This record gives sequence, structure tokens and C-alpha cells, in this order.
Amino acid sequence: MRYPTQGIAYTYFVGTLALFLAQVLFGVLAGLVYVWPNFLAVLVPFNILRMIHINALIVWLLLGFFGATYYLIPEEAERDIHSPRLAYLQFWIWIVAVAVCVVGYLFRIHEGREFLEQPVYVKVALTVSVLIFLYNISLTVLRGRRTAVTSVLLLGLWGAAVFFLFAFYDPANLVVDKIYWWWVVHLWVEGVWELIMAAVLAYLLVKVTGVDREVVEKWLYVVVSLSLFSGLLGTGHHYLWIGTPGYWKWLGDVFGTLEVLPFFAMVLWAFYLVYQGGRDHPNKAALLWSLGCPVMAFFGAGVWGFMHNLHVVNYYTHGTQVTAAHGHLAFYGAYVTVNLAIITYAMPSLRGLTPFNQALNMWSFWILSSAVAFMTFTLTFAGVVQTHMQRVVGGYGYMDVQDQLGFFYWMREGAGIVVLIGAVLFVYSVLGPVREQLTAADVARQPGLEPAG
Amino acid sequence: MGEGLTKAAARNIFYGGSIFFFLVFAGLVAHSHYYALTSSSDEAGLTDSVKRGKAVWERNACIDCHTILGEGAYFAPELGNVWVRYGGKDDPEGAREALKAWIQSMPTGIEGRRQMPHFNLTDQELDDLASFLEWTSKINTQGWPPNQAG
Repeated sequence: MRYPTQGIAYTYFVGTLALFLAQVLFGVLAGLVYVWPNFLAVLVPFNILRMIHINALIVWLLLGFFGATYYLIPEEAERDIHSPRLAYLQFWIWIVAVAVCVVGYLFRIHEGREFLEQPVYVKVALTVSVLIFLYNISLTVLRGRRTAVTSVLLLGLWGAAVFFLFAFYDPANLVVDKIYWWWVVHLWVEGVWELIMAAVLAYLLVKVTGVDREVVEKWLYVVVSLSLFSGLLGTGHHYLWIGTPGYWKWLGDVFGTLEVLPFFAMVLWAFYLVYQGGRDHPNKAALLWSLGCPVMAFFGAGVWGFMHNLHVVNYYTHGTQVTAAHGHLAFYGAYVTVNLAIITYAMPSLRGLTPFNQALNMWSFWILSSAVAFMTFTLTFAGVVQTHMQRVVGGYGYMDVQDQLGFFYWMREGAGIVVLIGAVLFVYSVLGPVREQLTAADVARQPGLEPAG
Repeated sequence: MGEGLTKAAARNIFYGGSIFFFLVFAGLVAHSHYYALTSSSDEAGLTDSVKRGKAVWERNACIDCHTILGEGAYFAPELGNVWVRYGGKDDPEGAREALKAWIQSMPTGIEGRRQMPHFNLTDQELDDLASFLEWTSKINTQGWPPNQAG
């Protein structure tokens, strides 16, 4: 840590990891209801479990982005965070709002648009928290050195805040409701969040490969150009069957297909830079996560997204387990891994250590990645069978088809339990006791790099 | 790789292109909004009952089990066309009563079957919810879903 205020990130990352565990735990519970339908059916019905599972995911990913920003902005801007006090205030507003929200959910206090179930006062509190954050980091960046990483990161974060405002707009006409609901959902995860992801990845690549910043940043702009040029009109692949005009079919086909490109470009970018750099960064686990992130994102968001993107395919697969399969691998690949990458990278310096527990951390990468991939495969098979019986062959009711899918749901639950184990291992490896640690001499032997900073 | 492209040029392409695509997108969305109000949905038929029904739908987080026009939680049947599935096209009164009876008889408690909670809805709320589902079933969805199973 070169700047004391980078230490703010530690608090954020602890909160991030706690919510990560909660998210996975509720996922395991929800998955269990698929195979034991009477489990918790009266006490905490499926809709509440699912709400907590996904809301926890969203708030922990965002909390991780905030932490990542607090960690990297001082180095990029070459000055301390404007106000550490505001940063901690922002953290606690966020945590209290999330806690109130989750407890409320357990007592059936919620709204009812998917992913936006937070009561309006929670939405307001989260917005206030984000505005404090944006004020704090924008001021820091404006008064310091401006880099492509900070510009793209800030644009992504401001964009996320602006598009979230559509969460407050709930028109009575369901079609209009859905049109703008996607402004939050799609323009986040297939738009501005990709900017945040690419910026954090660019920062990591500069650090772990040692390649010239000019080269990394030029390609950062290329990657995020591909993201927005494809992603904005790619919204068309959600405007197919909700009462929107027919021209979205071909817009969604063309631009939705192009949405694969930014992820493919990220894979090339990351591997090319690591190859070019030719250096051994002492934090091997951070390097693994930084390479794993674009690869898993390419398969989850790119390949699995393309699989049901074309409207002639989507006509049959829309709203089946195929969507669920894509959702799991896409979120894991694009946003979970980038968060775990920056946490793995930053944690040694936040704890004042040289890289530690690397073997365990790398095990958690392989366990998490294979388990989420396996879960995705089982849900894909379930989705294909469902699509075929319910939509292509036809003549079967929804529940008749679901009764045929139990085998896949059992395998998904097994994969979910392995994900939970992987998550616990990851948290233990970064926050737990230090069992193996590189010596200062090990770190110093790596040429041309500051110690984990 | 890409020696001809400078960082400044890449940056300008990014900002310029993003503004361009955003404007095109916003324009098409404005048109889609207009299309929704005038063509694909029955804006004039948005009665108070339909509006209250949408609120009942949201207050009980139905979407975190069901899907509506294919969006939702995939744990329970599609409801965008449930009105049609219940024969509402030919017999609206029959469909309305059947839907209300179904909702009120939940949960079944049958071992090994997915359980829908009991939501303690008033008769007015049940009626409003049925109105909302009826209104939704008439949206022009480009022929989706492929069949009545949803």
C-alpha cells in the first residue's frame, strides 16, 4: 500500500466476502427446494429465498466494486482518497440498508419487480450511499492524475448510478414497465458493469504483467468500445416477446451476437499481455484469477449468451432453465471472478504481508470455477429437455416437464454445495491465518515490480 | 498488435461511438414506448382494477417463482398466457373463478410437489389480479409463447 487510504478497501472486502457467503448459502437453500419441494415451503417460501440469493449477489458485487475502486484510485490518481470518513459512512449506510432489506424479506416486506424488490426506502438509502461514493472518488480523481483506468471506471460507476434511477419508475403498463426495467438490468450487466470490469482488469494487468501502461490502456478503450457498441443495441435480445416492435428481432440478433466480441477481446488482451510481460509476479493466485476472469466471462456471458441469443432460438428457450444456466456462468465469469481477482491481489498489501496462502487460493479458483461450470452444464441439459418437451414437441404442461428434470436438479444441488465449499476456502485463504507466505527475498527476486503494491 | 492505433484515437472512438449508439438506442426505445401505448398493449383498457392487480402481483413477489412474458424465476409456470390456458378467451367468467379458486386453495401440502404459498388475498385483490392477468394475456408478444403450456 503506497497510500494509507487504500486501507479503506479492507473493510469493503470483508463486507463483500460476508455477503458472498450469504449469497451462495441462499443459493444452496433455493436449489434444495427444487429437489425437496416441501423444504421451508411455509417458513421461507422459494420466492423469498431466491430474492435474497440474487439481491445478495448484486449488493456484494457492487460492494466489491467500491472496494476495488478505493484500492486502485489512490495509486492511479496518485493521491489519497478525498474523505476516508465519507467512505466509511458510505459503507455503513450500505450495510445497514442491506441488513434491513434482508430481514424485511424474511418477514415478507418487499416490492415485486424482479431484482428490484427492495422497499423504496432501501433503494433511496442505497442511492445515497452510491452518491457519497461517487462524490468522494470523483473529487479524488479530478484533483489527481487521470488515467484511462480511472476514466473508464468512473464512467462505468456513474452509468450504473444513473441507470439505477429507472428502478424508481414503475408504470402501470406492463410493457412500458419491462422496457425500462431492462435499462437497469441489461444496461448494467451488459453495459456499464463491463466498463467497471474491464477497468479493474486493466489495472490488474498493468500490475501483474508489468507491460507498458500505454499499451494496456489503448486496448482497454478497444474492449470497452466493443462492449458498448454491441451492448446498447444488444438490448434488442430482451425486447423480443414483451410487446415491443418486431425490428428488435434482427437488432437483437446482430448486436447480441456481437456482444461476444468484448469478452473474446478480453481473453486475447489478458493472455497477450501476460505473454508480452514475461514476468513472474509473486502473487500467482492474483494472476490466475486475472486470466480466469476473461476466460470464464467469455464462456458464461459470451458463448452461453450467444447460445440462446438468436430470436429463432430464443422463441423456444426464453424463460427456461437455459436462461438460468447462462445467468449463473455469466455472473460468475464476468463479475464474481473480477472481484475475487482484485481481492486476491490487494489482500496481502492490505494486511501488510507478502503474498500468502497461494496454493489454497488457487485451489478455490479451480473448485469454484469447475463447480459453477458443472452447475451450468446441468442446468443447460435441464433447459434443453424442458425446451424440447414443453415448447418444441409440446403437449406437456409446465409441471409435467419439471417432474422429468429432477436428476439435473440433484446434480445442480451437488454442484452448489461444492461452490459453497469453494467460497469458504477462498474466504479462509484471504482472511484466515497465514499458513504459507512468500519471504521478502522471494518477492524481491521478481524483477521490476513493487512488492504487491 | 495494432500499432496503427494510438491511445487517443481509441479513446475518441470509444466516446464518440458510445454516444452515437446510445442516441440510436434511446430513439428506438422512445419509438417502442409509443408503440406499446398505441399498438401492442391495451393502454385504454388499463382500468383501476388492472392497475391494482399489477400492485397485487408485485406486493406478493409472484415473479420470484413464476415468469411473466418469459421473465422471472423459472420455478413455476408462465403466467403471461395463464388467462388463455384457463380458457379465458371463450369463458372469461369461468377462467376468473377458476384462477381465484386455484390461488385460494394453495398450498396443496402434497409431499414432493412444489408448493405455492397461501397469500391471504381478499376477494377484491383476487379479482384485480385476475384482471391484470387478463389484460397481460392480450399484449401483442410477436406470437410468444409457442403454445399454451407457456
